[in-house]
Amino acid sequence: MTHRARGLASLLLVAVAVGAQAQSGAELQLGAELQLGTQAQAGTRPQTGPYTQPGPPAPAADSQPWRPQPQGMGSLSPDDMRRLMQMDDSHRFGTLRFDELEWRGANGQPAGAWDAQGWYGGDSDKAWLKTEGLHTDRWTAATAELLWDRVVSPWWSAQVGVRSDFGTGPSRSWLALGLQGVAPFMFDTEATLYVGESGRTAARVKMAYDLYLTQRLIVQPKAEVNAYGKRDWARGLGSGVSDLELGARMRYEFRRELAPYVGIDWSRMFGTTADLARADGRDAHDLQLTVGVRFWF
Amino acid sequence: MKHSMDQSRRRFVQGLAGSAVVASGFLPPRLLRTAYALPESSGATGASSTVLAGSEFHLQIGRREVNITGARREATLVNGQLPGPTLRWKEGDQVSVHVTNRLSVPTSIHWHGILVPADMDGVPGVSFRGIDPGTTFTYRFRVKQSGTYWYHSHSRFQEQTGLSGALVIEPRNGERRPASREHVLLLSDWTDSDPEHLYRTLKLHSDYFNFGKRTAGDFLADVRSHGWRATLADRRMWGEMRMSPTDLSDVSGYAYTYLVNGQPPASRWTGLFEPGETVRLRCINGASMTFFDVRIPGLKLTVVAADGQDVEPVPVDEFRIGPAEVYDVLVEPPDARAYAVFAQAIDRSGYALATLAPRPGMQVEVPAMDPRALLSMVDMGHGMNDMGMAHDMAPGHDVPPGHSMPSGHDMSPGHSMPSGQDMPPGHSMPSGHDMSPGHGMPSGHDMPPGHSMPSDHDMPPGHSMPADHDLPPARETAATGEMKDSSGDRLDDPGVGLRNNGRRVLTYADLHTVGGPLDTREPSREIVLHLTGNMTRFIWSFDDRKFSESEPLQFHYGERLTLVLINDSMMLHPIHLHGMWSEVYSADGRFQMRKHTVTVQPGQRLTYRITADAPGRWAYHCHMLYHMEAGMFREVVVGPETGS
Repeated sequence: MTHRARGLASLLLVAVAVGAQAQSGAELQLGAELQLGTQAQAGTRPQTGPYTQPGPPAPAADSQPWRPQPQGMGSLSPDDMRRLMQMDDSHRFGTLRFDELEWRGANGQPAGAWDAQGWYGGDSDKAWLKTEGLHTDRWTAATAELLWDRVVSPWWSAQVGVRSDFGTGPSRSWLALGLQGVAPFMFDTEATLYVGESGRTAARVKMAYDLYLTQRLIVQPKAEVNAYGKRDWARGLGSGVSDLELGARMRYEFRRELAPYVGIDWSRMFGTTADLARADGRDAHDLQLTVGVRFWF
Repeated sequence: MKHSMDQSRRRFVQGLAGSAVVASGFLPPRLLRTAYALPESSGATGASSTVLAGSEFHLQIGRREVNITGARREATLVNGQLPGPTLRWKEGDQVSVHVTNRLSVPTSIHWHGILVPADMDGVPGVSFRGIDPGTTFTYRFRVKQSGTYWYHSHSRFQEQTGLSGALVIEPRNGERRPASREHVLLLSDWTDSDPEHLYRTLKLHSDYFNFGKRTAGDFLADVRSHGWRATLADRRMWGEMRMSPTDLSDVSGYAYTYLVNGQPPASRWTGLFEPGETVRLRCINGASMTFFDVRIPGLKLTVVAADGQDVEPVPVDEFRIGPAEVYDVLVEPPDARAYAVFAQAIDRSGYALATLAPRPGMQVEVPAMDPRALLSMVDMGHGMNDMGMAHDMAPGHDVPPGHSMPSGHDMSPGHSMPSGQDMPPGHSMPSGHDMSPGHGMPSGHDMPPGHSMPSDHDMPPGHSMPADHDLPPARETAATGEMKDSSGDRLDDPGVGLRNNGRRVLTYADLHTVGGPLDTREPSREIVLHLTGNMTRFIWSFDDRKFSESEPLQFHYGERLTLVLINDSMMLHPIHLHGMWSEVYSADGRFQMRKHTVTVQPGQRLTYRITADAPGRWAYHCHMLYHMEAGMFREVVVGPETGS
């Protein structure tokens, strides 16, 4: 290394000498200043024509990659550099989005319903909040989930966290493990498994698709299915697939952030869940009109 | 195609309809040695742009209220002007530019395309510490080149809010192709929104600004003209990829008003000429996120320089100019009438407009915008024979003339898809180059298990590569020629929306820098970089690593090396290397042209050579400002070879 450095140094001297001569000799050639820290070398570099090999800069003292520090910068850590650069490619953002905030009526019991998600985080890891629910005079069923979302593929995130069911009946808590992302054909998809107390299990799958009628008028078909591994009398749930909800909402995006909509929502309960609902005087299936607003900020 | 342009149209007419802004374009007979000011235009913004010539300059950077669209907004300006004053230098001069920061935040000026010592390059954190509020930084260097360039802030989004201007360097021995008159046409995209807000919006909803999506009506129209089978196959192909062929521009005319020399279309910046004169137009794309397609109906444009470097003259009808690219064109308007300089945004969501006229105030006919194009298989690096049917059918998908195998990476016979119906689910778009799951749009930044770090160019289709966490950020391959068999680097592809449009459109294949390459040595090394991203999550990177996750690229001082860029994404990326020229070569090893900013089209593989003659630390990045801020940025270190 030392030997080599000495060799480079002598090459450098030769290059400087040649450069100086060339500069004085050829008017067309431009003086070029290669500044390296406080070191300045003279060299020549014609605008066109044969290339003159420039002298190398001073070799590094060790075998670390050479990281020159420009004048006046002192010694900067990569973090300092990025701060100066304001290249904030790992910035954390947060958002809250109400896909549905609506009134359902015209048939069966009028209800208010919501479906919202929010997150805060960077490109690969986010804290994720989901909540959805249905509220009538007599009955409220709602869930909220707090998840850690981690990107696992170009289109999918894995999510792990907790879910809490509240509303009518005793509340239930679950551990949640799921996937959220975009399935082929641009279906927004969520699929989550839940494990609760006393050996309860549950699963939820949601899919939605945006069909553009115009650039602002958009129909969104949507499906949600819930299933439970075990009966839960207190919350009116049987085992197996408990309910299926199919809907289509047509929204108009005045702005992307604000879109009122109308739609239809068809829901059906199955098995014991349906029996329990009927016993309670509720409809086990419903076709309702919905009016609501989708918004995010 | 139905796409709502109402928003952008409204913005056009909102531009203050003041008197036309006029520039005479006469050159000062002799440039004085000291700086002086020459009024060039006075605009609707209330500011006036000037030409400053000489060797010593004083620039003040400050906030100032402007009114582009009818709303008052604060802009970040040089000397209170939008754009900043045109600086005229002379080749060989030692110039001093004293830049004073009147902002409350740090600022910087980068001399785009100018060969300067590393500490004069103006990139905070790389070249210097930036210019703190209330302080003055003096740039001082010798001008070693001539031509048209520009300058802009390299601090956060200041460029978007107005901090840019033209640089014109007079050749020491006079222009190779003298003109009787010249005008600078600095194109830009203005937004009334806070760029930080735009950036956040893109991160949350990357398709927010796209008002050209395919609708149910487009589907029916396609069925009518191409049949069910073809239309379904086309929708299926895009659906399986989970991509949209309408992703042409991240930010559109919904947010942008497109400007020429700081003027919106309604203000109609006007450059004067006398019939029969040869007029040099120095066209600079100073936009943050917009590719423009520029033409002047009725005039042939003779391209005489690219990125400041003289090229063999090419007469064309139209050229596409990417952010930070520069073209000098000569026009000879024969008649005493007004001509429209028409610069459509690539997604046809709006246009910038100026007038060339013999006298101020003349009316000009504004051409209609072209239909909005769709991305095609070609833009994924696939030829028509890959897709068989998909092409003639795919409505609006355009393909370059005579191209059957544009990407030219080893396409094994198994790649060809005789029919769109046979595409295996999830593998519909076999790619000759290494595609990761999701087809070259990997998120990848956390390197999840099973995610590909592509390392092989000969992957069969649809294979996800094993994870390779240890792969160096830049995969350096010996110059074995493993990728030199490329039969088509698509240099002659004018790009999406310009193919077969009936006009003579400039392509990179047309550009030949006068005098050949600066360095004729064979490259000793080849570095391959993939342009990667995740459109949905708005993550952009080189080789799947954002800037914050990357190590500097090491160039050995004095070496000649080859850089191969492979665009795995569906967007165009203008890639800019600071401090050194990028000398573009064709696939068969012929020198094309010397540039400072090289646009790589979707699916394209582009090769250029660099002589690492500028020691120090340099920026290397995509010049789409929001792509850069999202991570498509690398540091390049030119230093001695170490560790041997």
